Amino acid sequence: MANQKKLGSQTIMFENPPVLTAWATIVGPKEGEGPWGSDFDWVMEDYEFGEESWEKAETKLLRETIKLAVSKKNYSPQDIELLVSGDLLNQITSSSFAARELQIPFLGMYGACSTMAESLLTAAMAIDGGYFERTVAAVSSHYYTAERQFRFPAEQGTQRSISSQWTVTGAGAVVLEKGIYGGPRLTCATIGKIIDMGQKDANNMGSAMAPAAADTIKTHLNDTDRSPDYYDLIVTGDLGKVGSALVKQLFIKNGVVPEPNYSDCGVLIFNDNQDTHAGGSGCGCCAAMLCGPLLKKMVQGKIARLLLVATGALMSPTTSFQGESIPGIAHAVALENL
Amino acid sequence: MNTSADQLKKIEAQEYDDLVNQTKPKPTVLKNCIWAFVIGGLICTLGQIILNFFMGQGLSKLDAGSATSVVMIFLAALFTGLGWYDVLGKHAGAGSIVPITGFANAIVASAMEYKREGYIFGVGARIFSVAGPTLVFGFAIAVVIGLIKVVFS
Amino acid sequence: MNELLMAFLVGGVLCLIGQLIMDLTKPAITPGHILVGYISVGALLSGLGLYQPLVDLAGAGATIPLSGFGHSLTQGTLKAVEESGLLGAISGGVEATAAGITAAIIFGYVAAVLFNPKG
Repeated sequence: MANQKKLGSQTIMFENPPVLTAWATIVGPKEGEGPWGSDFDWVMEDYEFGEESWEKAETKLLRETIKLAVSKKNYSPQDIELLVSGDLLNQITSSSFAARELQIPFLGMYGACSTMAESLLTAAMAIDGGYFERTVAAVSSHYYTAERQFRFPAEQGTQRSISSQWTVTGAGAVVLEKGIYGGPRLTCATIGKIIDMGQKDANNMGSAMAPAAADTIKTHLNDTDRSPDYYDLIVTGDLGKVGSALVKQLFIKNGVVPEPNYSDCGVLIFNDNQDTHAGGSGCGCCAAMLCGPLLKKMVQGKIARLLLVATGALMSPTTSFQGESIPGIAHAVALENL
Repeated sequence: MNTSADQLKKIEAQEYDDLVNQTKPKPTVLKNCIWAFVIGGLICTLGQIILNFFMGQGLSKLDAGSATSVVMIFLAALFTGLGWYDVLGKHAGAGSIVPITGFANAIVASAMEYKREGYIFGVGARIFSVAGPTLVFGFAIAVVIGLIKVVFS
Repeated sequence: MNELLMAFLVGGVLCLIGQLIMDLTKPAITPGHILVGYISVGALLSGLGLYQPLVDLAGAGATIPLSGFGHSLTQGTLKAVEESGLLGAISGGVEATAAGITAAIIFGYVAAVLFNPKG
């Protein structure tokens, strides 16, 4: 018997698309000063968020964002049946420690910067599969925790390369529910494969991830038999200026026509004068853009169909030191006003 | 082993790499070089002024040199602690990394960063995380040269 | 005045070389690599007798860049070999640069205790 819930090779179609009933995002100072500052729920005053370390600040950031999201529907964390969450830190401690206080059954996810899409599609599968009725997908990232883990101490006088990106300090959380009432719905998702074209420059992750984004988008459109203009906007997570320029060329190369209405959260989230070089990155990048401006535009009807393609670079400092190239992955989730 | 598939992959990777090199922005080499030259030169000039001061105080050339290093390291540590050295480094690039102040900045930045992990295994261990290899290689080469001299004299 | 100018010029050029290396080579070159490279090249050139002329010419312009630290390491080693032979080969470098190394450790620790990395 043909599997109705799977399309093509990598795409899952939800029979009863879960509804996004509430969402929230809290961001750091720099993001608040960007072009979408007023579309985020809260802007932190500083990067410490009243905590003793940046790691503790990120945990608090994620936890408070989840609490804020669920409170918008007058739920408490106990009303949520499953929390699917991830971040960039080793052992995804921001998520685990946030879940510790929230006491929600918890699945930790790691997809580097693609984690928002990964969490959303998993939280949606849990509902469409008939297991749960109310789940939360969330992610966080923090500039200083990421720099500390992946690159250099904060006070070291390094000169960032022009192609490097600025890890967004921000968290996003979405409440997904089973139901038939209105709201944007998560209709289908494409799970990406790891694509590694041999790029080794960890200061130019956009180049490493672009092939994965192009591959997932092409696969999604093939699997769903949709044309790129089915979507009002196809947006990638954090390819940045360099990566998004590359992916546009890959669209042509891969025969993705007509050229989609395409943008990238990493490029959108900061102004040019904020000196972020190639733009924003991190799990929080597409999470903040999604739970801030993008979903707002969906509610306003300005965007009816959105394809969010979150992209991740799956290397570690160890693999880079060992001379390995950077494996990229991209997951796509389709959000539609039905 | 499907070698023609491997070869195809290699060609694809090479083609993609060419595309990346075409697309990625080039560093502003001239601007960076001017900044590096000027800031590096100024830091060394400051060192010369301090060196002259110590020699004027009657220290031997060797001692004056050591004292100058100590003062430069102190200044770098101070500016790193105050959060100014990374601002300098952003513009000056090699102009702030190459002088001995860059060595001190790397040490202090690491030590400050890992304070949250405690004073023994945080600060204590991390003092040399970036500058450790520097000393290892410096010592190694000096010792080898010394041994060569021992053998040949 | 002349010696200040020479210090500025030679120091500037040594840093310029570092900048060119950073900008024009593969992205895997980090500040750490620059530090290791300069101290090593300084120590090596010193052993070949090629660094002292630069120091004579430019003073701090040659001793402040980290290559100058490498030069001190080698010169200290060579001097100690003359005095104490094999033992000198091992201890000479550290002895000559002890002030700088200790200063780095102590000031590093104190700065870490007194200051927090800023967001």
